[in-house]
Amino acid sequence: MAVLLSFEALRKEYFGVPALRDLTLDIRRGEVVGVIGENGAGKSTLMNMIGGVVAPTSGEMRWLGEPYHPRMPSDATARGVAFIHQELNLFTNLTIAENIFVDDFPARFGMIDRAAMRQRTAELLSQLALEVAPDTSVDSLAPGERQLVEIAKALHRDAELIIFDEPTTSLTPRETAKLFETIERLRADGKTILFISHILGDVKRLSDTVVVLRDGQLVAQEPAAGFDVPDMITAMIGRALGGLYPDRTAAPRDEIAFSAKALSQPGILEDVSFDIRAGEILGLFGLMGSGRSEMARIIFGLDPLEEGALTLKNQPLTGGVRDRIARGVAFVTEDRRAEGLLMDAPIAENLSLVSIEEFGRAPLALLDHARLDHRTEQLKTDMIIKAGDIKTQPARALSGGNQQKVVIGKWLMRHSDLFILDEPTRGVDVGAKFEIYALADRLAAAGSSVLFISSELEELMGMCDRIMVMNRGEVMGMFDRADFSERAILAMAFGKQAAGKEVAA
Amino acid sequence: MTGSARDRAMALVTNHGTLLLFVLIILVFGTQAPAFVGPENLGNIIKQASFIGIAAVGMVFVLLTAGIDLSVGSVMYLGPLIAGFAMRDFGVGVAGGLLVAVAAGAIMGGINAFLIVVLKVVPFIVTLSTLFFFRGFGAFLTSSRQFDFPEEIRAFGLSSVFGVPTPILFFAAVGVAAHIVLSRTAFGRQVYAVGNDEAAAAKAGIRVGRVKASVYVICSSLAALAGFILIAQIGRLDTGFGEGREFDVIAAAVLGGASLFGGIGTAFSAVIGATMIQAVKTGLVFTGTNLYLQPMLQGLIIFAAVFLDSVRAARLETLRRRFIRPR
Repeated sequence: MAVLLSFEALRKEYFGVPALRDLTLDIRRGEVVGVIGENGAGKSTLMNMIGGVVAPTSGEMRWLGEPYHPRMPSDATARGVAFIHQELNLFTNLTIAENIFVDDFPARFGMIDRAAMRQRTAELLSQLALEVAPDTSVDSLAPGERQLVEIAKALHRDAELIIFDEPTTSLTPRETAKLFETIERLRADGKTILFISHILGDVKRLSDTVVVLRDGQLVAQEPAAGFDVPDMITAMIGRALGGLYPDRTAAPRDEIAFSAKALSQPGILEDVSFDIRAGEILGLFGLMGSGRSEMARIIFGLDPLEEGALTLKNQPLTGGVRDRIARGVAFVTEDRRAEGLLMDAPIAENLSLVSIEEFGRAPLALLDHARLDHRTEQLKTDMIIKAGDIKTQPARALSGGNQQKVVIGKWLMRHSDLFILDEPTRGVDVGAKFEIYALADRLAAAGSSVLFISSELEELMGMCDRIMVMNRGEVMGMFDRADFSERAILAMAFGKQAAGKEVAA
Repeated sequence: MTGSARDRAMALVTNHGTLLLFVLIILVFGTQAPAFVGPENLGNIIKQASFIGIAAVGMVFVLLTAGIDLSVGSVMYLGPLIAGFAMRDFGVGVAGGLLVAVAAGAIMGGINAFLIVVLKVVPFIVTLSTLFFFRGFGAFLTSSRQFDFPEEIRAFGLSSVFGVPTPILFFAAVGVAAHIVLSRTAFGRQVYAVGNDEAAAAKAGIRVGRVKASVYVICSSLAALAGFILIAQIGRLDTGFGEGREFDVIAAAVLGGASLFGGIGTAFSAVIGATMIQAVKTGLVFTGTNLYLQPMLQGLIIFAAVFLDSVRAARLETLRRRFIRPR
């Protein structure tokens, strides 16, 4: 088979830090290529280069032998590259046909030729076995159907290479099955497919070839037929632990501080139960779409809970966010820029955000600035926040690690019994990571319970007393520290096929 | 989609709330004062609604892109004023005057568009500034004095074709033309796309800047046209003409179902909204309601319509929630 796209010593550095190191790889025409790797392995960087979003630092891409240097996404589209992202690029207020033709409407006498548009759309939809009218509003389509509309768009533009980026995360099993049929059909029609997914069973089933990236390097390129899921996992990890984590200073106590009993929320969680002891760090591992963050939001009172009960210090935990904060729940959100910080407000103001009411002074509850300043200044020293004047410097001016310290710090201004840390080290450099780990240890040593959510398994293994694994909103299992095994935990998170309970088709 | 009777009734009310409200208004006033629903009065309502209505049709274009234009009240004043000078000092005639007014409006829209698209200042602030600037320029030209138009303009303003008053004809023509542009042309559909997701529109290869610039030009042109047509009925232009009208115009568009968040609304929504506001005003006169209650009622009705809009948005939000496992 002819080579459609090839990479020669392709390299990308961000501020001198390589995200992709000298990748050399051929994508053959008409193949389905599965691309797997942990977060940060370089998959997105590679896709962004193919799509013209970022330019390589060095190296060469070739399209059918010709040099290929897309400078913007439209260059890639013009060559025949189409992306089907997790987040779809559809206009929900327009019809299917309009979405397909939005950049190039067929016109007659200055007006849209609706008949031509409908007819072409109907052809495309029937190719994809999507039985809806071309004039249906995208608003009324289910996620799987919307994805098929994106694929129809790609077909309409004669895409040669179709890149699916985690396409099944928001799909039901039936929709997923239909998507796979569609992908098979596209391959039969001679299209080339890149399929990026964390669901290794799917990757094995769909792909002809599987490509594994780790730390920006190509570590394996194997025919899918002889490449089993456990081997894929081994190829993806391959990195030793050690020296990256502080020693735990105290053992968990015996009393159970927080417990969740039979939590269920239709479409989100199903019968989730677990306990956290005082002074314990419980790790929560799961892939994207496993329900980790959704559960954190429910515990913090941001999202509704249909069934089940939460208990903190032997008292039921109910009410809204304010009630839960008052009861001693702290939530360090996953997205610190959007949800955790007032980016343009001074650091001190961010630090005092949750506890400001405690600094009121009788009789008018005017703020006791002296006490507030003293406390925030103390926190800055204590947490080693690397900043100038915290009363004037905005949070935006801090590095990622120091921003995260501010997010955690605002919860340290008051006592909390349960800390939910959702991806606390994402986008944080190694040094600051260590400080955040040490902080988690300190919280636990002081008797608080910590729920540590992360998609980096290593850090959970380094820091936690136990690790709970979730998949599709269910608890798959719980590991004690003595039984931590990267392979077993990953296999469980990737679902039943990998655990060997069910043979992949 | 699952739907209990209650859900479906709810969907009906939120999706067609405006029309239901309109029918309700007509019924309430009609039962209290039968003359209200007579053809003569209904014609009057539409004629009086045409001023705000024509401008509101332009406003819909802007709102569809999630923008806003606060300068329309001043454009209604300055556009016809420039046309007045052209008619008085250069004898361009009524048709010429109308063209000058629209052209002047287009230029003012171009200024708004330049500031918003090229200098990337938010529409709210840009059009708030030009609101003062355009009116101030008019006051400078006239030294804040009333401007009298040549007498011939009233003949045009009060004319009718086959018994249909000219303002209604313009209102209808603008409404139909805008509807065709919005629903049947590539440009129109791209306006909707930009309002739905600007980033996605740019990625899809739509010239977002051009689309956004065009809507401000259209909006100001129509505002100037609306001003000219009302002036043609009065024959003179006071300094305060059009002052505060931007709110009536925005209210009419929103009342008709256009969303301030972009992407939702039609040309007819503006026509209906403007007519509805006028119907309430006239109805209150017919039923002998205390005139001082009128602004309050208008406020209540606008609130009700916008409230429906936010209910609709909240419903969409729940429908769009991502589920990670089958329900």
